[in-house]
Amino acid sequence: MKELTCTLCPRGCRLYVDENNGFAVTGNACPRGAEYGRTECENPVRTVTSTVRVLSKTHPRCPVKTDRPIPRAQVTDAVAALRNITLCPPVRLRQIVLENVCGTGANFIATRSL
Amino acid sequence: MLDVAIIGCGITGAAAAYELSKYELKIAVFERENDVAEGTTKANSAILHAGYDPKPGTLMAKTNVEGVRLAGEICRELDVPYKKTGALVVAFSDEDLPTLQKLYDRGLQNGVPGLELLSAEQTHGLEPGLSARVAGALYAPTAAVVNPWEYALAMAETAVRNGVGMLFSCGVTGINRIKGGFELITPMGRFQTKTVVNAAGLFADEVHEMACEKEFTITPNKGEYYILDKEEGSRVSRVIFQCPTEKGKGVLVSPTVHGVLIVGPDAQKTDSKDDLSSTAGGLAYVAEKALLSVPGLDFSKSIRNFSGLRSAPDTGDFIIAESKTAAGFINLAGIKSPGLSAAPAIAKMAAKLLKEAGLAFVPKKNFINKRSVVRIAGLSPKEINKLVKANPAYGRVVCRCETVTEGEILDALRGPIPPRTLDAVKRRCGAGLGRCQGGFCGPRVLDILSRELELPPEEVFLDRDGSYIVLGDNRPERRPGDA
Amino acid sequence: MHDLIVIGAGPAGLAAALAAREAGLEKILIVERDAEPGGILNQCIHNGFGIEYFKEELTGPEYAERFISDLSKTDIELMTDTMALRVTGNTVHALSAKGGYRVLPAKSVILAMGCRERARGSVALPGDRPSGILTAGTAQRYVNIEGLAVGKRVVVLGSGDIGLIMARRMTLEGAKVLACVELMPYSGGLNRNIVQCLNDYDIPLYLSHTVTGIRGKKRLTGVTVSRVDDCFHPVPGTEIDFFCDTLLLSVGLIPENELTRAAGIKMDPRTRGAVVYENNETSLPGVFACGNVLHVHDIADLVTVESQRAGRAAARYVLHGKTPDSSVVSVQYGEGLVYALPQKIRIKIADDVTTVYFRVNRIFCSGTVHVYGLCGEIASFKRTHMAPGEMQRIKLSRELLQKSGGEITVSAKEADA
Repeated sequence: MKELTCTLCPRGCRLYVDENNGFAVTGNACPRGAEYGRTECENPVRTVTSTVRVLSKTHPRCPVKTDRPIPRAQVTDAVAALRNITLCPPVRLRQIVLENVCGTGANFIATRSL
Repeated sequence: MLDVAIIGCGITGAAAAYELSKYELKIAVFERENDVAEGTTKANSAILHAGYDPKPGTLMAKTNVEGVRLAGEICRELDVPYKKTGALVVAFSDEDLPTLQKLYDRGLQNGVPGLELLSAEQTHGLEPGLSARVAGALYAPTAAVVNPWEYALAMAETAVRNGVGMLFSCGVTGINRIKGGFELITPMGRFQTKTVVNAAGLFADEVHEMACEKEFTITPNKGEYYILDKEEGSRVSRVIFQCPTEKGKGVLVSPTVHGVLIVGPDAQKTDSKDDLSSTAGGLAYVAEKALLSVPGLDFSKSIRNFSGLRSAPDTGDFIIAESKTAAGFINLAGIKSPGLSAAPAIAKMAAKLLKEAGLAFVPKKNFINKRSVVRIAGLSPKEINKLVKANPAYGRVVCRCETVTEGEILDALRGPIPPRTLDAVKRRCGAGLGRCQGGFCGPRVLDILSRELELPPEEVFLDRDGSYIVLGDNRPERRPGDA
Repeated sequence: MHDLIVIGAGPAGLAAALAAREAGLEKILIVERDAEPGGILNQCIHNGFGIEYFKEELTGPEYAERFISDLSKTDIELMTDTMALRVTGNTVHALSAKGGYRVLPAKSVILAMGCRERARGSVALPGDRPSGILTAGTAQRYVNIEGLAVGKRVVVLGSGDIGLIMARRMTLEGAKVLACVELMPYSGGLNRNIVQCLNDYDIPLYLSHTVTGIRGKKRLTGVTVSRVDDCFHPVPGTEIDFFCDTLLLSVGLIPENELTRAAGIKMDPRTRGAVVYENNETSLPGVFACGNVLHVHDIADLVTVESQRAGRAAARYVLHGKTPDSSVVSVQYGEGLVYALPQKIRIKIADDVTTVYFRVNRIFCSGTVHVYGLCGEIASFKRTHMAPGEMQRIKLSRELLQKSGGEITVSAKEADA
């Protein structure tokens, strides 16, 4: 039985997830909580935010994010994959900076224009 | 061969350099840290004492009163922030009053002008923020507060303008006696000099023993301080001392030229000449004692703590004398309080000793005795606009707490002793002194220094050599998890 | 002469200026000290913004971009690289390289200067004073804006959101974050951040602990952390030494009210911001305050709503004249609260419903918020979970306020109390 705190709203319900029983969730006060508990145990995902280098004196870094959540286990590698990227201005908001990060199907996109 | 090698560029070395630079002498200053005033000079109460405290007849007494007399004009000519606030030594009960009388008498003996003994009523009239228990005070109108590191810097810069050489990160590691004088061994090579002025502060005894037989010992004594926000700055208008008892000198509360309040110090015995740490016990003691004078002090408004180490001589008085075993080796040692107050007078005594040791003192014809610094924060809109028109950098505010502009930082970089660290900029321009303590301006100052000094960001230090702030660009070859 | 000058182009200033424009005010100027608008949002590259206001999850820069984009479609003037030095009832003194020192007259002013971080000195941390000790926000600026790494082995003091976010950020940038140390017995940050910033990276959280020693002659070499008792005194014998080169401080934010104080505006020591009326007007007629400069917020969305109210109020002030006299209900903070805001409600002018914002001084698992008038309780609200790190709101109708007798006290109690 896994125990975790739901992060969807400030209530912070203490969830109990039975991985031996199809990840059934108890302790949730709402259905979103049940979904969160299941996903968090079965296949935890995260949206990743970071920055990449830009060839610009005034803006040396551009903030980026994955356009959808990726498996938590791949977050470290996803950020590492940004290391070798250097953008040239101008940069468009939501421009794809790195496609199909670590084979997840998600892209890193720029979160501002430069 | 140099005529004079000054070892140490704190207030004493800087004052000596300034005084001696008035004469046709080849002078160099050897400072072990990377800037002026890195020792006790940047970590003290910032007060020019009136002079009733030292024992009459001592060098401390003589140089204190004379030094404070000279300070006014020096600060004016060299644009050093200085404010004659006056001081009160407050008594907490009738038992203290005889001690105040003693200090008054001592002050008269030492030649201190304007001293007055005040009643409780008169004292509270001057300073309503004082504790109701205050039973009276000794009033010393000639006491002043100053910017201690700028005082040293101003004299050092003026010395450089008048031909004195200055070597930083150049501590003296050995001294050989040679024909005609001394040879200094330093990381930058060997330097020959006819005479030495030993102004090495905490290390004056060690430096002395490089060339001479032991004559004195310097023991460090730590004092801790609070700096309270400008909002607390007008709690008192004068320096408030506590009447000394057998237990000690008490803790002072003082306004400063920056508008903040300085509170401290305590007095801790320590073995280390390098331990500047703040301690919970020391700070608690300072706060407790300070509240006795000024009960309304709000310590939640603290913006900074620091410690200073005083150089306490085992002789009990300043050591301003030629070494007994080496002619031409002048010691200016044991310069604890009232060292800041006494500095210009000590320097004049050093000059006299060098003269007696045989150096020729020919006054310089074109001695530059003026220094002025642009400080945007204190100027009128008209004056600011004139400056910005000529140099737009004076309109770019870098430090928002103290309103310091890029123009002022660039001025410092083009000055005779340019800053190379964030704290060096802070000491020259004030950026980082305010309530956010460099949180806002730090990255901006680092960027300016990196650009102007052509240093990679990881080589711009906070203060001492090696105190790096950043590690450099995020490098592509570094992977998360590398530690 | 400008109808309105807004000081700050962060989330508060942007929302206020746009709302004022929309309410019909025309000559609007925003004065911004940085080179571009966006304020602190520019360095908040993480997610979590806009959930309430846009019903989307955005990063800080994306949230700012919405308003900056709207701004560019208006004729609102934006003066960047310009530092406001002084504010009076009808002028703003500003300094810039391009314009020099200017005294800008205005019919109304909105203060939106944001806040600053508490530094080491304000928590009197004992120990040496080496480099490597930074506030979390300054570190965030170095890492996210300048692209400079600030350290390899990190201890974070303070478990508020900024500290938690930086713990994750530093880890993702290759540093080892050894611990997050929190003085209180609970964390000040959102649960979500505990999970995604600490738990995800196995960073231990030491509650009821603080830093009691700092070592390093040049750069930081280590810190000592000790447990504290109920009076927050370090407990001898509980010391843990960490070998680290970086100490990030996340020990509190303070509204940046230097200009406000110098203008003689009445301040509230509990919020550390101005005392305001129901429309965000300060004690100086025509001068309004909103965002972190008024009281430190947790969520940008609430800053936006508050600032829009201030913008509309400034427009009303300029277009329809000084606020008419009205009886004032004073709002007091009672048991369980740190503060309540607005501190004064002018019943005649207030909207039909006034939102009162407050913070509680401890965690409530299942609490009730009580509103007392001079004659007794006039309202109560059930709240399942309240924490000091989460700003609370209650809505009070005009009818309710009329029952108050001129003063209301807001307090919080546990449900079964």
